[in-house]
Amino acid sequence: MAGFLVRRLLNYGVLVVLAASLAYLLAAATLRPRAEFAERSPRPPAAVVDAQLTALNLNDKTPLARRYATWASGVLHGDLGRTLNGDPVAPELLRRALVSVRLLLVGTVLGGVLGVLAGAYAAVRQYRPSDRLITVGSFVVLSTPVFVLAVLLQLGAERVNQATGVRIFEWVGEYTPGHGAGPLARLGGRLQHLVLPTLAIVLTQVAVVSRYQRHLMLDVLGADYVRTAMARGLTRRRALLRHGLRTALAPVTTYFAYTFGFVLLGAMFTEKIFGWHGMGGWLIDSVHRGDVNAVAAVNLLAAVLVLLAGLAADAAHGLLDPRVRTGR
Amino acid sequence: MTVLEVRDLRVTFRNGTVPAVRGISLAVGRGEVLGIVGESGCGKSATALALTGLLPPGARATGSVRLRGRELIGLTDAELARVRGRDIAMVFQDPMSALTPVRPVGDQIAETVQIHQGAGRTAARARAVELLDLVGVPDPARRARAYPHELSGGMRQRVMIAMAVANDPAVIVADEPTTALDGTVQARVLRVLRAARDATGAAIVLITHDLGVAAGLADRVMVMYAGRAVETGPVDEVYARPRMPYTIGLLQSVPRLDGRPPFAPAEDTADRPRLVPIEGHPPVPGRLPGGCPFAPRCPVAEPRCREAEPDLRPVGADGRAVACVRDIRDPAGVYPRPVPPPPAVPVPSDRRWRRPVLEVSGLTRHHPLYTGGRLRRRTGTVRAVDGIEFDIREGETLGLVGESGGGKTTALMEILRLRAPQAGRIAVLGQDTATLTAARRKALRRDVQVVFQDPLASLDPRMRVADILAEPLTAHGARRRAAAGRVGELLALVGLGAELAGRYPGNLSGGQRQRVAIARALATEPRLVLLDEPVSALDVSVQAGVLNLLEDLKARLGLAYLLVAHDLAVVRHVADRVAVMYLGRIVELGEVPQVYHRPAHPYTRALLSAVPVPDPPRERRRRSVALPGDRPDPADPPAGCRFRTRCPRHAALDPVRARRCLQVDPEPVRVGDDQLTACHYPEAMTP
Repeated sequence: MAGFLVRRLLNYGVLVVLAASLAYLLAAATLRPRAEFAERSPRPPAAVVDAQLTALNLNDKTPLARRYATWASGVLHGDLGRTLNGDPVAPELLRRALVSVRLLLVGTVLGGVLGVLAGAYAAVRQYRPSDRLITVGSFVVLSTPVFVLAVLLQLGAERVNQATGVRIFEWVGEYTPGHGAGPLARLGGRLQHLVLPTLAIVLTQVAVVSRYQRHLMLDVLGADYVRTAMARGLTRRRALLRHGLRTALAPVTTYFAYTFGFVLLGAMFTEKIFGWHGMGGWLIDSVHRGDVNAVAAVNLLAAVLVLLAGLAADAAHGLLDPRVRTGR
Repeated sequence: MTVLEVRDLRVTFRNGTVPAVRGISLAVGRGEVLGIVGESGCGKSATALALTGLLPPGARATGSVRLRGRELIGLTDAELARVRGRDIAMVFQDPMSALTPVRPVGDQIAETVQIHQGAGRTAARARAVELLDLVGVPDPARRARAYPHELSGGMRQRVMIAMAVANDPAVIVADEPTTALDGTVQARVLRVLRAARDATGAAIVLITHDLGVAAGLADRVMVMYAGRAVETGPVDEVYARPRMPYTIGLLQSVPRLDGRPPFAPAEDTADRPRLVPIEGHPPVPGRLPGGCPFAPRCPVAEPRCREAEPDLRPVGADGRAVACVRDIRDPAGVYPRPVPPPPAVPVPSDRRWRRPVLEVSGLTRHHPLYTGGRLRRRTGTVRAVDGIEFDIREGETLGLVGESGGGKTTALMEILRLRAPQAGRIAVLGQDTATLTAARRKALRRDVQVVFQDPLASLDPRMRVADILAEPLTAHGARRRAAAGRVGELLALVGLGAELAGRYPGNLSGGQRQRVAIARALATEPRLVLLDEPVSALDVSVQAGVLNLLEDLKARLGLAYLLVAHDLAVVRHVADRVAVMYLGRIVELGEVPQVYHRPAHPYTRALLSAVPVPDPPRERRRRSVALPGDRPDPADPPAGCRFRTRCPRHAALDPVRARRCLQVDPEPVRVGDDQLTACHYPEAMTP
């Protein structure tokens, strides 16, 4: 098992280098940071703009290959370059990533678990009202764009707040500045801010995962080994949980691990609407400004995350399903 | 003492719309074995599931099932769960899919002990190891920790039996317990089942389509047709003097190893008598004909048979009963004697003067083995076919037999490719496949056609029969009009009516589909037809008709067949010569009567001895040669003779002579007129 993971890791290393390099080259070749400098007022002289761009390794008059080499050697030494403002990219990346993790961790995990349960339950109750309800519900959520869903949630929360006269829900930013004195009150405030965005993420996550899980579980429902488990003296419910769900869980972990990798970047709508300054928002802003180094850094992180997720998926799959372990 | 009593059991599927079991009654006593036999769709598996309350959702059972006097029908799932696995246990057909793939087999056995005996985890695991030992699993402590995919089929089925006997049940319901297994493995599993019965005194309800298996194990049999029992009684009586035309037809349509049909007059001494098929096909549950459901296929049906369905009525002593309005005393007279095959296209009777159609020598097919993951590394070679040599001449059938993993199908596929093999030589009609140009290869494809095992999978479900039959012709340049004109002719050739031309394969019965597959193969007027298990997916009564058809076509069209099959009795009926494969090699090759009568290789002998005979007294006397251990990994065959690890003859040799088996890979040697065997110590040839 360990050898298998090490081989995978090496494999993935090569892929990360490729993905990050291509992302940098694409960003450096297409984004126009010069515009950001040249169009400042008062309009700076060209020589100054060139000097500033060169200092940031963003000058389009330097050959692409040389810029790439500078960037790559920097990355190898742990230096991800500087943003257009001249700040180092790495600390900002870390800060943004942590914001995203705070925003998404609970929602994704909770959504995954609930999705598995909802899907398994729907499968067992196939074509009964509860299954139909889950199915229709998840299709409604899936077909609603995230920003609509988020806004709807905010509207609902507003209603609740008005009706009760207490600010139960908060939905702007991570916390209310200057709110609450003690550390406990601050933590409470942060949790309060987390509820709505988490709900938005949980809903989408449940909608997707439950579809997968329902399908996988349906395959297992009529499986011979579930029948054998019942023949041994298990009730249908226990046979389905201990033998059916256990087997149907392995493939969904793969899917789940990958969503976790993607969701960090993909939650930009959620971030923007709820006023969290996370990774997704940063990527969009950076592309807009032509901030090549920031874009490349986000992509690098994304590549690493996706591949780590793949590794985690492989490990989890191997752990849950002995059949994939037999690599002779 | 009766432990299980069933009264008027009825099972319906799809919320009552499809009746699968239509009122059966039975009683089984302690230590008794009741065989329930019948073809697919007759309701025997639904009966098994109804006995244990394991019917799928949407199915309903009514009537009465009393286990030691306690009524089981109507119990809740929780109440039934306390009975299942403790008082009534099940052994299912396919042990691969019937065991949870992600849990060690020991834990699965332990689970049933834990549930019912309240034992702790450690104690239950220890008991699981004991049980594995009881059913003859070698090294049980290690095997208990193995996952199902790490065990062989026979081993998995023993795990199932260990699970079934774990709590000393009163009744074991075995649903096709050996159907997915190879012949020699089947023999061992049946022995284990018998031993388990003797050890626990459990009553066994044995459900099988194989009349031979029932003959050996059952005390009494119940023959089912269209969801009802049509004949019951002591096994010897029913097999020797069947009274229901369906039972008679079933017994007559089974191919037998000795080739002799049952109830035949003594003067019938043809070497290979024809099988007697039952016309038509078993009815589909939910769409039964009125009256006796067997009447449409019955050769002696009368008008009154179509009016009302006859009830099971007692005949004679010892609990015999039959559901037939007629009183049939002479089973031999019920079915018309089969028409002999049409006169053959004249070919020289001496094989040496006939033209070879297929010559194969040194044929090799190795599959590389890689480690998993994206960094692939070659770690070994599966020697699927490892240097085989044979030829087939005009008007001749060669049967390629052996157990799964022997390389039979791989060899057939290599021939079908019509390309240069990895090593060795294949010549079709004298043309070496390695030297063919693309155009010549395409032309040669006309002459070599194939029929696969599962016609439902090998016929395009979205093409009409007419298009399926015309396609090979248009592919070889015939005009659409001309090709369409041949369709009726081809259907007639395989005994199908022209009205089937407009149907889709999904709307045909299994036998009709396989006939369409054969007609498609014959469309291009081939010289050589490769048959890959052509009848193993068919019911016995239908299989006989297809086998007769193959024989007729061979005679009329002068075809040559390469028949890959695992059923030695089928090969006995159809083939002229037979080649036995083991681990990628041919271990014995020769004329069918010689090889079957006097097998020279110990593997051939073991295979032949493992075939169950549908004749109870003989089947009970039959002693099969036990092969120890499992088939070796084809990626790592033993040095010297490949069979020596399991060879009973090798085990009996003195060390000096045994050394030769260890060191020298045996070459085929001639042991008869037309009989070769790859064994250092072949069976002594009696002059």
